[in-house]
Amino acid sequence: MSIVRDLFTDHTLRTVALGAATLGIVAGALGSFAVLRRQSLLGDATSHAALPGIALAFLVSGSKAPLTLVLGAAVAGWIGTLLVMAVVRTTRVKYDSALGIVLSVFFGVGLVLLTIIQKRADAAQAGLDRFLFGQAASLLERDLITMAALGGIALAATVLLWKEFKLLTFDPDFGASLGFAVRRLDVLLTALLVIAIVVGLQTVGVVLMSAMVVAPGAAARQWTDRLGVMVVLAAAFGALAGVSGALVSSEASRMPTGPTIVLAAGVVVIVSLFLAPRRGLVWRWLADYRNRRRLGAGVALVDLYRLAEQHDTLRHAHEEAAIAATAGARVRHGLEELAERGWAERVDGDAWALTPAGRAEAERRLGGTG
Amino acid sequence: MSETPAIEVSDLTVAYGATPVLWDVDLTVPPGVLMAIVGPNGAGKTTLIKAILGLIRPAAGRVLVQGRPYDVQRRLVAYVPQRRTVDWDFPTSVLDVVTMGRYGALGWIRRPGRRDRRLALEALEQVGMTELAHRQISQLSGGQQQRVFLARALVQDASVYLMDEPFAGVDATTERAIVHLLRRLRETGRTVVVVHHDLQTVEEYFDWATLLNVRRIASGPVDEVFTEQNLRLTYGGRVAFLAEGRSAVVP
Repeated sequence: MSIVRDLFTDHTLRTVALGAATLGIVAGALGSFAVLRRQSLLGDATSHAALPGIALAFLVSGSKAPLTLVLGAAVAGWIGTLLVMAVVRTTRVKYDSALGIVLSVFFGVGLVLLTIIQKRADAAQAGLDRFLFGQAASLLERDLITMAALGGIALAATVLLWKEFKLLTFDPDFGASLGFAVRRLDVLLTALLVIAIVVGLQTVGVVLMSAMVVAPGAAARQWTDRLGVMVVLAAAFGALAGVSGALVSSEASRMPTGPTIVLAAGVVVIVSLFLAPRRGLVWRWLADYRNRRRLGAGVALVDLYRLAEQHDTLRHAHEEAAIAATAGARVRHGLEELAERGWAERVDGDAWALTPAGRAEAERRLGGTG
Repeated sequence: MSETPAIEVSDLTVAYGATPVLWDVDLTVPPGVLMAIVGPNGAGKTTLIKAILGLIRPAAGRVLVQGRPYDVQRRLVAYVPQRRTVDWDFPTSVLDVVTMGRYGALGWIRRPGRRDRRLALEALEQVGMTELAHRQISQLSGGQQQRVFLARALVQDASVYLMDEPFAGVDATTERAIVHLLRRLRETGRTVVVVHHDLQTVEEYFDWATLLNVRRIASGPVDEVFTEQNLRLTYGGRVAFLAEGRSAVVP
């Protein structure tokens, strides 16, 4: 495929892919903790709240340097996040309402500021609206360096404080009783989440960034029962979604990147929800089907035995309908299961009879249950 | 004997908003006793334990553990929270949860090593859960979850144990295992304080009791304080059962 070849030759494309991979890895890893702590929606508030920060940073400094804008985003996102926590703690407003209020007020202020910027005479170079839905194609090498540095800090802190973050996420009260400053850890982990979010804002945009926090973690949880594996897997899923989405969007001209990345992440989630072993839906359907079949087989076996008893001959065959009358409508699956085990056989057409092995099994079961 | 009390609570008041949850509570737990805290729902039993552990800041009052504040004595104390307070679908194994009991001794940043895992396995053996060490915690029954929490506290090798409703919703096997464990802790000189709900078993399981309903109603040896009159004071008129032949149905 040409796009894969371009990845190694085309400088711009490589920057885009690396940027998307970075944001995917950082958001996926930190997002795992947010998912486990039931803070998925907090990420949504944080990213929306970052918008006025970006606009203000530009208005104040007049610069579009990535570090300036990211700093503005981080400060505003952080204030928004703290505000949500403060509202919940000090008022009677519930968590979801606090999220909704902070999210929409900050986002509204951000939109107003963006409009003001666009109407200014010197607005030609602004183009800040790419922060709404993301524009991976606008990534430059200096953006990449900022993203990688911030993401690296967030990941390093997570590795360093792994044990503490695990304790905080699983059982904060117990952690506090051991003497860990869980309140400070909570603030720190939330701060890292804010970093993970602002790292991705230019590429994915404030509107959809929270999906990159939630989706990889939710998908990864399906595949593993270990926190370490989950975090690494979420980072991989995030990178996969980020790179594929960014590449698709930069091939199509001026297509916003956020939606394509989020679509890719959505595909990962759907596949995981259905196909993951044990937790996946398909797996559960299969387990359900096997259980019902085994149950049906047990009922059909006993039924055939009772019917045979009435006729004094083991080999007496019975119509499926006669068995179904007592064994229920799933008798066909049960009979097929019996046949597979060699306990019953089809005599002619729709009639079934027990084999000697089936008779022994039925007697064992009836004897066993008294 | 004038031993230092294991726990000494004085004038403890905790309030959520304007409503006091605990009001001017004094409590002395002598070392080496097995004490039940009983009282109706909303009596402040969990709050009392959390206040002793410094998880809740009291409006007034003071808590000493073996004569000194909890902050400097926390290595001596192990806490067993109510098992329903955590998400048992968390992606981790039984052994990993029990190893968390070593985190306090490890301190910041240091990771648990082979020795910590060995200690965790020994604790699991004490609660009869060795075979389940590598089980994912979402596959445990309620009783097994409770035993995991107990093992996690055992790993701390503390001298004072605070347990919040360890008997809640467990099967008979687990209940016997817990009782056995509590007695062994007492035999080895540990002090155990247990928030307990089942009035019928207080006299059988415990040698010390505190009756609590926002205020401390009574505290002392079970045979002295676990009286009909005290229970009536604690539960109001709603005691349908009073232990051992002293039963009385109160309308």
